[in-house]
Amino acid sequence: MSFPWAKHYTPTTAFGKYIDEKLPIPRLVYDSVGAGYPVPKNLNYFYNFGVLAGVALVVQIITGIVLAMHYAANTQIAFDSVEHIMRNVNGGWMMRYMHATGASFFFIAVYTHIFRGLYYGSYKPPREVLWLLGLVIFLLMMATAFMGYVLVWGQMSFWGATVITNLFSAIPLVGDVIHTWLLGGFAPDNATLNRFFSLHYLLPFVTLGVVILHIWALHIPGSNNPTGISVKGPQDTVPFHPYYTAKDFFGLCIYLLLFAAVVFFAPNALGEVDNYIPANPLSTPAHIVPEWYFWPFYAILRAFTVDFLFVPAKLWGVIAMFAAILLLFFLPWLDTSPVKSNNYRPMARIAFWVFVVDVIILAVCGGKPAEEPWVRLSQFASAYYFAHFLIILPLISRYETPLPLPNSISEAVLKRHTNLGAPASQQLPGAGVAELPPTGHAQPAE
Amino acid sequence: MATQPHDDLTETGERRRDFIYIATGAFAAVGAAAVAWPLVNQMNPSADVLALASIDLDLSSIQPGQAIKASWRGKPVFVRNLTPAEQAAANKVDISTLRDPQTLAQRTKAGHANWLITLGVCTHLGCVPLGAGEGENKGDFGGYFCPCHGSSYDTAARIRKGPAPTNLEVPEYAFKSPTQVTIG
Repeated sequence: MSFPWAKHYTPTTAFGKYIDEKLPIPRLVYDSVGAGYPVPKNLNYFYNFGVLAGVALVVQIITGIVLAMHYAANTQIAFDSVEHIMRNVNGGWMMRYMHATGASFFFIAVYTHIFRGLYYGSYKPPREVLWLLGLVIFLLMMATAFMGYVLVWGQMSFWGATVITNLFSAIPLVGDVIHTWLLGGFAPDNATLNRFFSLHYLLPFVTLGVVILHIWALHIPGSNNPTGISVKGPQDTVPFHPYYTAKDFFGLCIYLLLFAAVVFFAPNALGEVDNYIPANPLSTPAHIVPEWYFWPFYAILRAFTVDFLFVPAKLWGVIAMFAAILLLFFLPWLDTSPVKSNNYRPMARIAFWVFVVDVIILAVCGGKPAEEPWVRLSQFASAYYFAHFLIILPLISRYETPLPLPNSISEAVLKRHTNLGAPASQQLPGAGVAELPPTGHAQPAE
Repeated sequence: MATQPHDDLTETGERRRDFIYIATGAFAAVGAAAVAWPLVNQMNPSADVLALASIDLDLSSIQPGQAIKASWRGKPVFVRNLTPAEQAAANKVDISTLRDPQTLAQRTKAGHANWLITLGVCTHLGCVPLGAGEGENKGDFGGYFCPCHGSSYDTAARIRKGPAPTNLEVPEYAFKSPTQVTIG
């Protein structure tokens, strides 16, 4: 774990030595997020989002435990107990708004984190297990978020639960049995609400466990970086503490500022007004829509409107929606280019940005009613989503000529700074002049 | 066997210990499965949910052309008193043109052809279609219309347009008298 030039932990006090022999937690901290963990020195602010997602998870767990002290998982009183939290519980409104807004911010952080990983090729060997664990976290998050939304027992909660659990009834032969089993009845009811509450409390801790595995898997090869090339020696890294602890805390402050702004000034901006109507099993809202973070996948689900190859449209939609996520598990083996970062992949970079636009189009379609032109648009966008991973990316990997890679992270960093016209030796006192490439055309300005 | 030490190989290359390993493992697996089943089965509908699985309805106050919504197993049920014109419209359709071919007679009880009893659950993704209430949108075919994804059902509650794969489901029911029906 880590590079040979990592600083070693040496306890200085007698108590420090005692603990280090019995339970070396200070050593673990030092080696994983302290001075003993060398990290590429060229990480940009996109690399803050792993830490931000971790903080978002902790915020959700803390506010969630508090809310569970006042919430009642019973269909008769669930909606009222949420209003009780909002009106009667001391500071309850803040806890609930933090939890509801926190879910959106958790997804913002994670989507940015995934975006970063896709752009810089962080899913490629040697980090493919790290990527797979991240996807497991993503799936757990989605399940947790869905069940949490149901707990409010408003109209959107109830009908969201109806539509999503109905997806399982599309499975041939056993679909109805599974559907009834998941709900504990024939429609969402008290049994459903209780089990969703139980699982909604459980899954964040499962997520936390997988997060620990995710960080463990990260610390074996270490972080990827914007050049995508591997660390070659001590000149390519800086210790995590104080360099990245400082950078992460700065990013965290910005994140918390934005979070607080939404919690206090626009707490319902990301929600649906229909969920302030108590659940009514006999009346469907005119426009059922999930929370914004599910929109791209909801658009794929609804894109299938005709039966095809003896498979009903409904089942195709369900298969496609799950496949859209499961496909990401195969990404390390679909994108076979040895060059990781899209900074050095001219064709893959274009395909990447087209893909980003495609996902945004899907998200917009998913939030709209199932009418034209949104249905047709989501059909094309869904087709492109799958084509990107299954056709475009494998072909580009095969035929693309990447740009020349720098010899080392250090060289890339120095070149960028000398190109800006500043003397490299002054801008980066930690980087020796000896690392300058022998053919470097850059001359110190002085 | 008694003269043979435990770790000696038999002619086919197995040891007595191999057998013991497999037998122990198999026994543990059966035990684990026996414990796992109640853990899975507890999520199936409980006795009280199943006990409410049938309801009685009085139809005497429903005029021709009207419909009521009732709640059965947590789902809405539509009971509709079809007018002669609606029945004629349903019977006029060539069923070979339908996505889910059924005649009106197959979807009602003999002698009660005016009573169309279906679940009020769209077969697409489970929304409640409009059309049972007074003044609601009945869709392009005069039956029911699902606002979620635009499925239209005709006066026999058969799917005619939109993404739903099948007709509105007809639950099991029986007439106890001309105006009393038991659903479930």
